[in-house]
Amino acid sequence: MRIRKSTIGLLIYLTLTLLPIYWMLNMSLRTNADILENFALIPLNITFDNYIKIFTDEAWYSGYLNSIIYVSINTAISLATALPAAYAFSRFRFLGDKHMFFWLLTNRMAPPAVFLLPFFQLYSTFGLIDTHIAVAISHCLFNVPLAVWILEGFMSGVPREIDETAYVDGYSFPRFFVTVFVPMIRTGIGVTAFFCFMFSWVELLLARTLTTTDAKPIAATMTRTVSATGLDWGLLAAAGILTIVPGALVIWFVRNYMAKGFALGRV
Amino acid sequence: MNKIQDNRAWFLVMPVFVIVAMSAIIPLMTVVNYSVQDIFGPGNRVFVGAEWFIDVLGDRRLQEALWRQFLFSGLVLLIEIPLGVMIALTMPKRGWGVSATLVLIALPLLIPWNVIGTIWIIFTRPDIGLFGVIVNALGLGFDHTASPLDAWVTVMLMEVWHWTPLVALLAYAGLRAIPDAYYQAARIDGASAWAIFRYIQLPKMRGVLTIAVLLRFMDSFLIYAEPFVLTGGGPGNSTTFLSIHLVKIAVGQFDLGPAAAFSLIYFLIVLLFCWLFYQALQSVGTGDRA
Amino acid sequence: MSLEWMAWTLPTALFFVTIAMLLAGMTVWQAVRPSIERRGFLRLRTTRGDRLFIGLLGSAYIHLAWLGLTDWSLWGALAVSIAWMAIVMRWG
Repeated sequence: MRIRKSTIGLLIYLTLTLLPIYWMLNMSLRTNADILENFALIPLNITFDNYIKIFTDEAWYSGYLNSIIYVSINTAISLATALPAAYAFSRFRFLGDKHMFFWLLTNRMAPPAVFLLPFFQLYSTFGLIDTHIAVAISHCLFNVPLAVWILEGFMSGVPREIDETAYVDGYSFPRFFVTVFVPMIRTGIGVTAFFCFMFSWVELLLARTLTTTDAKPIAATMTRTVSATGLDWGLLAAAGILTIVPGALVIWFVRNYMAKGFALGRV
Repeated sequence: MNKIQDNRAWFLVMPVFVIVAMSAIIPLMTVVNYSVQDIFGPGNRVFVGAEWFIDVLGDRRLQEALWRQFLFSGLVLLIEIPLGVMIALTMPKRGWGVSATLVLIALPLLIPWNVIGTIWIIFTRPDIGLFGVIVNALGLGFDHTASPLDAWVTVMLMEVWHWTPLVALLAYAGLRAIPDAYYQAARIDGASAWAIFRYIQLPKMRGVLTIAVLLRFMDSFLIYAEPFVLTGGGPGNSTTFLSIHLVKIAVGQFDLGPAAAFSLIYFLIVLLFCWLFYQALQSVGTGDRA
Repeated sequence: MSLEWMAWTLPTALFFVTIAMLLAGMTVWQAVRPSIERRGFLRLRTTRGDRLFIGLLGSAYIHLAWLGLTDWSLWGALAVSIAWMAIVMRWG
């Protein structure tokens, strides 16, 4: 009996979680006039016009492409730099290691708003404003420390005897690292990639400030539309629904690793 | 694990150091430079000493934003932590339900932050939103664009909806780490559900819950995009949190000096909490880690 | 590439040079004679570097409090901060 009661509680929570998302889906399938005139729990005159407009208008769909491009670049940079660093933190004691680790963490906690103006100036100086790489590098500010933190947790779980055996067998460090160690912690790398993707994907403030047109993320395209075109709710909702899709896909692929990643408690 | 003393490890850390230093130290130096000058334009600036700091410290709107921020973060912790633990306790432990629940629960975490705001505008508007229409049908006269209280309720609902999943997932991971033998022993002793929770589950979750509390505190302290989209900081200044206030000064009014001084004070507050956070984590790490 | 956008001034440059020299000095000191963790009046296990950080963070707050609560010259805050740093480094 007790199990059933708790399941009902969970179902209620899940329903409440999905309700706002359902409502946006509902709006996205209706025309703006319909939304403003009729209040309907279920869309009666379903139309895909909003989605068609997004997929055919370059101003809209390029936003998605831009977001995906800089998120991918960021995830790649974060992983590539964080892997050796996390190995160093998990295996060696060196001068200033703890302070270095703490300093990295402070950047995960720093408010992006603080860095807004200098970032703009810095990237202007290098002529990088409105490029994907600028957003990708600026997101490294919080994603690289995060990646080091998560990976260090996974690497500490690998016994050091494995490293030592490999060195005795005559492996050089780079060869050991790439062919033995990295495959061993692929779960951890998957979880890390997931979180890098997630935090870069959801961030708006820096991405919006560092771009104007060519690399504008979808999230920023949406805010502009809110202010400019007298609020087309249906279109806005459709764009919102489409931003959820990549995230949902990523969760689905990593669902089995996720619990494990959270178990290390390093988010 | 015993670590080997080897300063050559610095070569492995170097790439991370360079990339984060470029994104963190150079901008931070620039902020410090801006904070002591009045900047009129390129090449046209005057050294003003600590004037901006005195201005900012005496600014009533900043003080209000700061207290509002603490109130907000406190409420976030009070609501999200118990709720998250409760949800984790009800989540299935095995079977097909695990994956499905995990995916559904994690969904809000993967939505861009401004879209979260958009979802809640659409959901709570008194004219077209499901929530807004229902509450108004009950005769409560709900409108988050006009009443500060309603705006707070909406922002809190959104925040709880958005981030409780993170607490739930962390707590769930902590629960999963408890061996079945513990539960069997408890069953033999005839322990009540409450006793199991109080003496087995809660102590075992201490580690992850510490992390959950600290992460939720820090991230809610930095909140920007969601309330900005939902309420724009209003009505009035009633939902203007620290980041929103800062961006208003920096980008809206382009007051570089005061914005920089404000940034530094903000950063110092965060740094203090971050350090306390790190100390707490370390003591959890050296104690019994679940 | 011009550094004009960083808007350097003499006082802030001196400030950062001081911090950089402190860090460099601490690194050399640590390399020559490694510090051992100990527990002082702060009731935390700290190394020399930890105490430097606590001292600097405390100094920042002393300066802010001085600015916010008094109208006196900032040199006073500097004096208090140096005293605080010395106390933390020695007994913290």
